[in-house]
Amino acid sequence: MDGADGGWCVKPPVFDYLRVDTVDEAVELLAKYGEDARVLAGGQSLLPMLNMRLAQPRVLIDITRCAGLDRISAGGALEVGAAVTQAALERRGTLQAESPLLARALPHISHFQVRSRGTVCGSIAHAEPSAELPLVLAALNGSVSLRSRKGRRELGAGAFFTGMLATARRADELVEAVRFPLAGQGERQGFSEFSLRHGDFAVVALAASVTPARIRLAVGGVDDRPRVVEWPRLSGSALDDGLNELAWSLDARNDPHASARQRRQLVRRLGRELIGVLCA
Amino acid sequence: MKRYVAGEKHAVAFTLNGRERQGWCEPRMLLSDFLRQQLGATGTHVGCEHGVCGACTVLINDEPARACLTLAVQAEGARVDTVEGLHDGAGGLNDLQQAFRRHHALQCGFCTSGILMSCEAFLRHTPCPDEKQVREMLSGHLCRCTGYAGIVKAILEVAASRREASHA
Ligand SMILES: Cc1cc2nc3c(=O)[nH]c(=O)nc-3n(C[C@H](O)[C@H](O)[C@H](O)COP(=O)(O)OP(=O)(O)OC[C@H]3O[C@@H](n4cnc5c(N)ncnc54)[C@H](O)[C@@H]3O)c2cc1C
Ligand code: FES
Ligand code: FES
Repeated sequence: MDGADGGWCVKPPVFDYLRVDTVDEAVELLAKYGEDARVLAGGQSLLPMLNMRLAQPRVLIDITRCAGLDRISAGGALEVGAAVTQAALERRGTLQAESPLLARALPHISHFQVRSRGTVCGSIAHAEPSAELPLVLAALNGSVSLRSRKGRRELGAGAFFTGMLATARRADELVEAVRFPLAGQGERQGFSEFSLRHGDFAVVALAASVTPARIRLAVGGVDDRPRVVEWPRLSGSALDDGLNELAWSLDARNDPHASARQRRQLVRRLGRELIGVLCA
Repeated sequence: MKRYVAGEKHAVAFTLNGRERQGWCEPRMLLSDFLRQQLGATGTHVGCEHGVCGACTVLINDEPARACLTLAVQAEGARVDTVEGLHDGAGGLNDLQQAFRRHHALQCGFCTSGILMSCEAFLRHTPCPDEKQVREMLSGHLCRCTGYAGIVKAILEVAASRREASHA
């Protein structure tokens, strides 16, 4: 369809599009443009925002063709580079052994057709409160590698997520990689999610890691960021009390998908079920 | 580094269904609009334009992608495949398209081109899908006509026949 000016119809606002070949170029540009720039990874959150004009950056920096960013490596942790798609991680043959929690959580992210483009680091950088990957990173006490012209720094998940769509990333920093600690000997991990349809954002999602000594439980979809508690191996009414206290400690939202009260109840029910299975 | 300046038209070239194609666009033009308006490839449909309905799904380097969540400039140099490229080698419908017809897996056809492209990628990754896997894949597409039952049947049938053909 022709636009009024005889040109073509377009939805997003105007921006310069810069496709970089190296991380050095990317951080140079981030240093130069700061708040006016947005990194473009999979575009599966950014393009909807541009199409709806909720974001109006002056510059997009496409990092998906940067050398080296498409790597996944497993040393002490599973390190996932900024251009690795959610689908690529999901298809990794050794994932189930390295990180059962990631293997369980990834299929819940949106749909096959979106995971093929969306990146792991993009989801972490975007920090949507209902998103699965920030939750998993928090549950595993993973970390985020940030890179700027000045150097690198590593932030734990707890310090990185600061609120709804808000993180401690500075405007001149690239999320270069994220690190998910590998599952330990004798550690059991589990994931549970309630959403309205498969692939929708979670109303409530829980991720847990249980060792003989402790329970770590992370809750997504309720507060403005993933919330994590660590307990000794509670059971019975002590576990119920712990879950109830946790549910009330969260700043639960009312939205069209569920009330705050329903969300608290889901934390109690799903929590009970998940930890019951992992401690059995 | 390559810079595409706002407000100006730039050449964008990629391989569309095996043929080199080129057009001109601003950096902000979506691949869905570029295909339809610049290249005249209107088989790719546009519904929601925020990634939910799946009508615009195409393959980029063999992987499914929402054309409405992709900038045309991002496809520079890539292989893009759309429904126009599906055929049996002699200009007829391919096996998947034929199965869709047999099983009434389409009525108005608005959702169909996106679903067909998804299926091609899905069946490559998952040659032996069960019904649950097919339905999960289809959760990335909205069809307002068929109720999905015929689509599921068509896909399962083609998966089985492609498996047989590859063993023969
Ligand atoms: C229909 C649909 C359903 C969805 N459902 C879900 C769901 O159920 N669960 C879920 O978790 N997600 C869901 N998503 C979002 C999807 O997972 C996105 O892929 C993800 O949130 C963002 O990753 P991306 O690579 O697409 O990032 P982009 O969209 O490219 O970027 C998102 C934001 O992060 C910034 N960013 C990206 N990468 C970096 C980096 N390396 N360094 C610094 N900043 C960066 C961008 O500047 C932008 O602000 C859905 C998306 C769609 C379209
Ligand atoms: S038009 Fe692209 S997903 Fe709906
Ligand atoms: S056939 Fe009409 S929307 Fe699917």
